[in-house]
Amino acid sequence: MNPARLRSIFVKEFIQMRRDRGTLSLLLGVPVMQLLLFGFAIRQDVRNLPTVVFDASRSQQSRTLVQQFEATDNFRVRGAVPSYDAAIAAINAGRARAAIVIPEDYARDLKRGRPTQVQVLVDATDPTASQSAIGAAMLVGQRANVERITASLGRDPGAPPLDIRVRPLYNPALQSVLFIVPGIIGMILSNILIVITAMAVVREREHGTLEQLIVTPLTRSEIMLGKIAPYVLVGLVQISAVLLVGHFAFQVPIRGSLLLIYLTALLFIVANLGLGLFISTLARNQAQAMQVSFFFLLPNVLLSGFMFPREAMPEAARWIGLALPLTYFLQVIRGIVLKGVDLVELWPQTVALVGFALLFFTFATLRFNKQLE
Amino acid sequence: MRQRAAVVEVRALRKTFGAVQAVKDISFEIRAGEIFGVLGPNGSGKTTMLRMLCGLLLPTSGSATVASIDVAARPDQVKARIGYMSQRFGLYADLTTEENLRFYGGLYGLDHDLAERLAWARERMRLEDVMDRLVAPLSGGQKQRVALACATLHRPPVVFLDEPTAGVDPGARRLFWHIIRSLAADGTTTIVTTHYMDEAERFDRLAFLSRGHLTAVGTPAEVRAAFGQGLTLEDIFVQLQEQNG
Repeated sequence: MNPARLRSIFVKEFIQMRRDRGTLSLLLGVPVMQLLLFGFAIRQDVRNLPTVVFDASRSQQSRTLVQQFEATDNFRVRGAVPSYDAAIAAINAGRARAAIVIPEDYARDLKRGRPTQVQVLVDATDPTASQSAIGAAMLVGQRANVERITASLGRDPGAPPLDIRVRPLYNPALQSVLFIVPGIIGMILSNILIVITAMAVVREREHGTLEQLIVTPLTRSEIMLGKIAPYVLVGLVQISAVLLVGHFAFQVPIRGSLLLIYLTALLFIVANLGLGLFISTLARNQAQAMQVSFFFLLPNVLLSGFMFPREAMPEAARWIGLALPLTYFLQVIRGIVLKGVDLVELWPQTVALVGFALLFFTFATLRFNKQLE
Repeated sequence: MRQRAAVVEVRALRKTFGAVQAVKDISFEIRAGEIFGVLGPNGSGKTTMLRMLCGLLLPTSGSATVASIDVAARPDQVKARIGYMSQRFGLYADLTTEENLRFYGGLYGLDHDLAERLAWARERMRLEDVMDRLVAPLSGGQKQRVALACATLHRPPVVFLDEPTAGVDPGARRLFWHIIRSLAADGTTTIVTTHYMDEAERFDRLAFLSRGHLTAVGTPAEVRAAFGQGLTLEDIFVQLQEQNG
């Protein structure tokens, strides 16, 4: 390794990065944009489902019930409909995602102490969105029941015999942004770095400059390190940007050690750069490099646990997930950022990351060197 | 010219890939300051030989020394002492001429004398107007001279030019040969592969390769004589190509 030669490549690489506006905005804009999108627009805790009401009872009691539904924030009443069929039609047409149907006898049955049924229709085409609405509707019913029973007893029943209390740890408000921010760090690092490295190396080959580099005194490892090290830096800048925006714009706590975050991220970065380099040896041009990268990127989004819980996946999908470095890194980064745990708890995942880094890098280096022959 | 020292010495050089003999026991010498042409149809072993002389490919047997370094024993040292300009120029289109020069200068370990060499390249390669411009929009002839500057910035005693004048207009080509001639006058040895036969007359000496064999070596006049009266170099080339096909 000759420091002067390495410096020359770094300088060149950074000049190229600066000139390539598209790539530059990809490198710096995408992490922040993804974060803002996930933070503001995409909420998995769905609120304000547009709702229509078919109130056949037209009573004080039925209006109170509708208010109780609205008070959950899950339902936003958009208007009344004259019939059950009209409620269905509104959902079919997409004007409403839910409908509350209150029967004609509602108030009378309540007064007489007879059981009565209220129907809530929920458009469950999107299971995530409907889930919380369904939960909220059940809760409204239970609460109303408890109130009525208490009232009918004519006295305060005192403490209920069984009281189950759920205490959500680490993310008490159950905000999905807290969960998503550390995830984005992992996603960005893997997806962008894989594509960028693969493209950068393939571009050199396409333009015939790689052919030129190998006749200079540069050694193979210098070529590789020179191409890759600048992107390690880019990766670290990206993490910092996401952490900063996440912390200050979305109040994501950083409970664990920053040093540990960066150290484990470094391992993860090296693993991904190795994968990018490997892809560059498979692709003949930049378009191909892009395509091959996407082949690796999709499982990252779907199977790593970034968006969908791995616990819910079929066994085969879980196995594939185990072959992705991102799966382990997500556990590590979420553990450090949200739970404040340290290496003692996270060593199995960290060892897995070291393994991936070594494996990918060795494999990529062997193939890359062979291709330079 | 005969009395000058040999800068490139090739002795019974051979390269085989599996069962295929790409270069078969070739021997010749190139002297300091010579412009030496290597001619031959595609598949004649030109590229393989060039790659061995540049330290990129180890010979199967035989030996070659370039600037008194044994290419088989010390391929990495050879790389520092030669310049190489490929057909595709190997320039970074999104860098300026000067940035390209600084980059390659850095790779060859130029440091305190970089400024002096940049001034040299600017004047000698006629790059006055393009130093601060990106390489991408430059003409073929300008790119060619930038590439030559990158390959010679570190004062290599031996320069390899692989198909250097493909896609360059005649005026730029003439300027290019003028510059090569001036480098040779300074003592730089130039080895050129080409299949433009009209350029072959510009070489001090040349070698014809065919199917891995060296079929002729000498001045253009000597080579013509060896193949028979009245033949041009182009006729000879076509003959060899037909034998190859």
